[in-house]
Amino acid sequence: MADLLDIFQFAFMQRALIAGVLVSFLSSILGVFVVQRGLSFLGDGLAHASFAGVALGILLGIEQPLWIALPYTLAVALGIAWLRNHTQLSSDTAIGVLFAVSVALGVMFISLREGYTVDAWHLLFGSILAVGRDDLVIMLVMTVIVSMTLGWLWGNLAYATFDSDLARADGVNVRRLEYLLFSLAAMVIVMSVKVVGVILIAAYIVIPAAAAKLVAPSLASMTLISLAVGVLSTLVGLGASYVLDVPSGSTIILCQTLAFAGLGLVGTLRARA
Amino acid sequence: MPKPVFDPKSIFDSVSPTRMMSSGVNPAAPPKAVFKTTSRRSVDASLAVDLQGVSVRFGHIHALEHVSLQLAQAEFLAVVGPNGAGKSTLMRVLLGLTPVSAGEVSVLAAPAGKLPASIGYVPQLKTFDRRFPATVLELVASGHARRWLWRVSSARKDAAATALETVGAGHLLMRRLSELSGGEVQRVFLARALVREPKLVILDEPATGVDFLAEYDLYRLLERYQQTTSATVIMVTHDLSVARHHASQVAVINRRLLGFGEPENVLCETCLKEAYGHSGHAHGILTL
Repeated sequence: MADLLDIFQFAFMQRALIAGVLVSFLSSILGVFVVQRGLSFLGDGLAHASFAGVALGILLGIEQPLWIALPYTLAVALGIAWLRNHTQLSSDTAIGVLFAVSVALGVMFISLREGYTVDAWHLLFGSILAVGRDDLVIMLVMTVIVSMTLGWLWGNLAYATFDSDLARADGVNVRRLEYLLFSLAAMVIVMSVKVVGVILIAAYIVIPAAAAKLVAPSLASMTLISLAVGVLSTLVGLGASYVLDVPSGSTIILCQTLAFAGLGLVGTLRARA
Repeated sequence: MPKPVFDPKSIFDSVSPTRMMSSGVNPAAPPKAVFKTTSRRSVDASLAVDLQGVSVRFGHIHALEHVSLQLAQAEFLAVVGPNGAGKSTLMRVLLGLTPVSAGEVSVLAAPAGKLPASIGYVPQLKTFDRRFPATVLELVASGHARRWLWRVSSARKDAAATALETVGAGHLLMRRLSELSGGEVQRVFLARALVREPKLVILDEPATGVDFLAEYDLYRLLERYQQTTSATVIMVTHDLSVARHHASQVAVINRRLLGFGEPENVLCETCLKEAYGHSGHAHGILTL
């Protein structure tokens, strides 16, 4: 245990810990609305959009490609919301179309710029141990903005998530909220890509919230349990990955999965009692 | 101002569950057993609903065409018509959820959707997501707060408990939504609509999927609420006997308004034939 705590004396591990906690904090809160609205595929779709955005940034030679990924992913998020609201397409179809386009563009952009194989690998699977001080500052600012916005709008977002017609009948602008929710998801995902990668970010959004839904009696408790699962999995997974010398992102997600299985068992036993 | 005089005993006498069970309808019910008014036309009240030439189009589909209707306050309006007639669309227009393509809509003397606090809405319960993690308390409190609450204050909890007691569902307060039966869901949503003490209650096929005893309770509760508050009730129903026995006014629509007035005048063979294409199963109640 002492050895495990010792590793956090290293600055890179401290940054990794803070980054992991921030990512899991935001994605766990956001995930409650994503899962409850049946939009679990949204995380994958926006993560792959951010992949295309980062790839475009790399192609253009931008020092911090995330600044290209952010507007690109926002545009894709708003595009998905628009397709949901203005066409006959279902959410998964709208996401699937833009997902495929983004992957195609991302691969094309990467292929046009030689010598970025390693960056592409980090993009796909993340590099939590490589988070720098500047990255942390950006993540902290984004965390404050997103969490304050979610806290401010929680009541209306939850109401619209329960039943959009009831919320609209009570004067809630459901459509504007949806665009905002999708935009926040895009921001969180772009922020998280460097930490956990394109492939794994969807798990951060979906698994803690899904685990919480198995036992939570209310949306508020679902949010708190999701937060607990997300943050604790990050802490345990980060430590375990160091001890076992295995990739951090994968270990964190396996810890989330263990929590999912455990809570699933609790939910099943409670239902039978 | 002469107001409708409601005698709840007349309802319980004339439309008892036992009688309905035995015959489907109540042959002994007098034609005007539900409401007694000196003259409904002479009621001098501001209008609960005023529709002037309302049309709604979805692309090339005409959901409603030139519907004009004035409903006085404290009336119980049943909206009947075949599937796809535009009944739910009409409710959504009144709630401000569906914009009109033409015409004007006034609800409680304001544009539709502008007075949500004065309107209690019970949606079609078949669209309700039972897996949503919430307790009955949270759902009813959302009707009071007009938003979802992270934590329900004691004042709102008291209001929710009172509303649930009113509809005979006080014991459900801390129950999870996933644990409710169809009839219980119906009562809970009614409590949710009534907790804000609305001047207008709008119900879209509230009896779908519940047994007739629960349905009977629903109408009894609605009438009791209307009796104590003089609220207006507008309800979509497929049950013509319900319209005849519980409503003071009936609107028959099939995209257009085909009939509007007192049940005994509107639920006539000609009007129903025009709406449904035939008077079919309605023939029984026409002969009451």
